[in-house]
Amino acid sequence: MALSTDVVGKTYPPQTYAVGREKVREYALAVGEGDPLHLDVEAARAAGYADLVAPPMFAVVYAAPAMGPAIFDPEVGIDFALMVHGAQQFAWGPLVIAGDEVTTTVSVESIEERGGVGFFVFASVSVNQDGHTVCVGTWTNVVRGI
Amino acid sequence: MNFVEGAKLPELTVTPDKYLTVRYAGASGDYNPIHIDEEFAKAVGLPGRILHGLFSMALVARAQTEAAGGPASLKRLAVQFRGMGFPEQEITVTGTVASVRDGVAIVHAEAIQDGNAIIRDAVAELRLPRGAGR
Repeated sequence: MALSTDVVGKTYPPQTYAVGREKVREYALAVGEGDPLHLDVEAARAAGYADLVAPPMFAVVYAAPAMGPAIFDPEVGIDFALMVHGAQQFAWGPLVIAGDEVTTTVSVESIEERGGVGFFVFASVSVNQDGHTVCVGTWTNVVRGI
Repeated sequence: MNFVEGAKLPELTVTPDKYLTVRYAGASGDYNPIHIDEEFAKAVGLPGRILHGLFSMALVARAQTEAAGGPASLKRLAVQFRGMGFPEQEITVTGTVASVRDGVAIVHAEAIQDGNAIIRDAVAELRLPRGAGR
């Protein structure tokens, strides 16, 4: 199957995620974070934050609603049976705090075929309610047997 | 730790329990059955349920923030996912400081399970607390 690159540059509608205190705690516990900034509201407040601090990798949670429509877009044409997550990069700005509203916009950065393998790269930009960019993500999905 | 070129991060060792992938699926929202359903995973040719790659990346991130003084220190993390990770086997995250300049350390890291690099070529950029490196 030939890859279509017509969709490169396509940008999807922004999605806003409201960061909840218990979701931050649930995520922190699942990945074994022990820093009280993620678990103990009093500790977070004592350190100068308004509420629990999200671990940096919580970016996967607030970006997810925006990523879904992009990777499932039939115009992109990913065959999920053959897809693996190949690489990931995040660059972070200010910390995300429970109570924040984070708006993420996803676009198709590149689609390439090399040696029968398709590389689908998506870019996400997440901005908090104050207009600060809290995270920029580069998501590389690899599809074999192209 | 003292962030100087060549310094090793404290090793982080984690053994995900049998139900970790279920808790991570709930926490992250990624319910792909290859992570939570043993029969489905085998039916699609995997040895069994595999860990979420982004869970393994989160362990690499945690090794950085625990060494560098908290979540605000991690400014960038880039990883390559390679071998598959599995529940109930120990994962070891290691890292080496590649450079330190103007209070920013570059760390090269990987996550190994049973001799297999499940995350390799990880590069982290850490903003160090004052006095933790040059």
